[in-house]
Amino acid sequence: MFGPAVKFHKQTLISICGADLSATIDNQPVPLFRPVLVNEGKELHFTVARKGMRAYLAVAGGFRIPKIMNSHSTSLITKIGGVGGRTLEAGDELLFNRPGALSRSIISALKPKLKGPFAAAGWSAWHSPYDKITKTLYVRVVKGRHFGLFSPESRNSFFHSPYIVTSRSDRMGCRLQGEPLRLTERQEIISEPVNDGTIQVSSDGNPIILLAERQTTGGYPKIAQVAAVDIPLIAQAKPGDRIRFVPVSHEEAQKLFIRREVALREIKWGIRLKYLDKQEDVPCIRWI
Amino acid sequence: MIAFYPLGENAVLAEFGTSINETVHKKVRAAARILDNHKQQWMIEYIPAFTTIAVYYDPMKCYAEIKGGNLLPYQFVCQTLQTLWSGLNPEKMSQSRTVDIPVCYGGEFGPDLAYVAKINGLTEEEVVQIHSSREYVVYMIGFSPGFPYLGGMSEKIAAPRKKTPRLAVPARSVGIAGMQTGIYPLESPGGWQIIGRTPLELFRPQKSEPSLLKAGDRVRFKPISVEEYLKWEEIEDDDDFRTRASNDHSGLGPVRFPKIRHHHERSRGSLFPPPGQPSRRK
Repeated sequence: MFGPAVKFHKQTLISICGADLSATIDNQPVPLFRPVLVNEGKELHFTVARKGMRAYLAVAGGFRIPKIMNSHSTSLITKIGGVGGRTLEAGDELLFNRPGALSRSIISALKPKLKGPFAAAGWSAWHSPYDKITKTLYVRVVKGRHFGLFSPESRNSFFHSPYIVTSRSDRMGCRLQGEPLRLTERQEIISEPVNDGTIQVSSDGNPIILLAERQTTGGYPKIAQVAAVDIPLIAQAKPGDRIRFVPVSHEEAQKLFIRREVALREIKWGIRLKYLDKQEDVPCIRWI
Repeated sequence: MIAFYPLGENAVLAEFGTSINETVHKKVRAAARILDNHKQQWMIEYIPAFTTIAVYYDPMKCYAEIKGGNLLPYQFVCQTLQTLWSGLNPEKMSQSRTVDIPVCYGGEFGPDLAYVAKINGLTEEEVVQIHSSREYVVYMIGFSPGFPYLGGMSEKIAAPRKKTPRLAVPARSVGIAGMQTGIYPLESPGGWQIIGRTPLELFRPQKSEPSLLKAGDRVRFKPISVEEYLKWEEIEDDDDFRTRASNDHSGLGPVRFPKIRHHHERSRGSLFPPPGQPSRRK
């Protein structure tokens, strides 16, 4: 699996998060989860996927892309958003906006270190979810509202046998294959709303985990719901990887989510404290 | 009784009934109306369906309103919705909109019209007549952006899905599957029997309300000829007309075609003036 090469026409502050796709500039590995100031004219290459399969490249100021339906993202199915509603192609040029106050302050801090192709901050953000990425992913799920409609054997297989990620997976859904999951008796489910991480079981008995480009409603039974904190693991699962589902209560899942949100806010807060002299608008955190 | 279920850590699924019918549909609409009128700062959006509504929320924003106690955001949202919906009155619904959808039936736009006629022992004209003489309720939007699930089709023109779905059903195709009828807003794979095509765009991402139809609307299909269909398509491509049509429109939002009326305004008259000619109804 090979990723893209990106050329920066001017000095740019970037950050790469998510999967480790062996990012390099001038053959030097670029560290992840931190600000990196890239020199003018340098090329960033993504090559072998070492861990996970999706990396996120952010630029200070953000990409200058029109907002459609309050979003900058691309929907390949409806062909809207992003760059003409399609995947990027070789030769595309992306513009970005002027960096904000915090980014400008990080740029000034990194500039004196910029001797070679790039200068990276000496720290990195917390990224523990990505440390859990292995060939077998243990994914926490809450039983769905149709869980009880499945046969006892199917309910047992769901939690005790592995499901393999198939190559028909995309940004809409991660399609799995394993012990078939059957309802106790055949019945029609009335179409109802779904969410990111909803696990539907299609008529062939295989589970589908809905992801970022999902539809709004679905008519398949919902066997379970992936805990929000573990959805990033599903987004990094490659065809051939194995997924094992581990039950948690909804209460536990919501507590995990809140803890993660608080941790992310602390990171934001910490970065602001480090680089901004004047502290305005520091969010007040109420711990639970 | 309203039943609540978690749908992930940022959504609640509220269930208003367990079968598809107008009574449950009216409850869903009344509940949606209350959410429109009582904006909650923790609420992101809601999605109405046949018997359910999902309310998507920001758990962290809930903490601004959770006063003391150890309530989790989910419990807080359920309690708040319960209170908001305690006086739910499905009878007191305001008028719904009626949207006329022009359809060119049969021919290359409706390759399965003959099949639908044959299995029901009707002529093609009779199928068109039955399909276009009803008023349908938009129960929900789902499946793909702007796709309306319509209730109220006559069982005289019901037809099973195709055994092998088509890989690509053209955008704006009107189809029948079992007792349902619907319109494909975008080209997509599908197994519905295709009986015609509309020149109207059902999904317009550039608009503030991207979906032409919304839950609760009433829909009527109006048969048009191939010539009329082609004229409509020209209008769809004419940006000047778009601007004019949206300027013309008072109080009904950015709907391009002045064919949407509120129920209380309903009157007899020219339903479908050919483009370019002034409407006889004023």
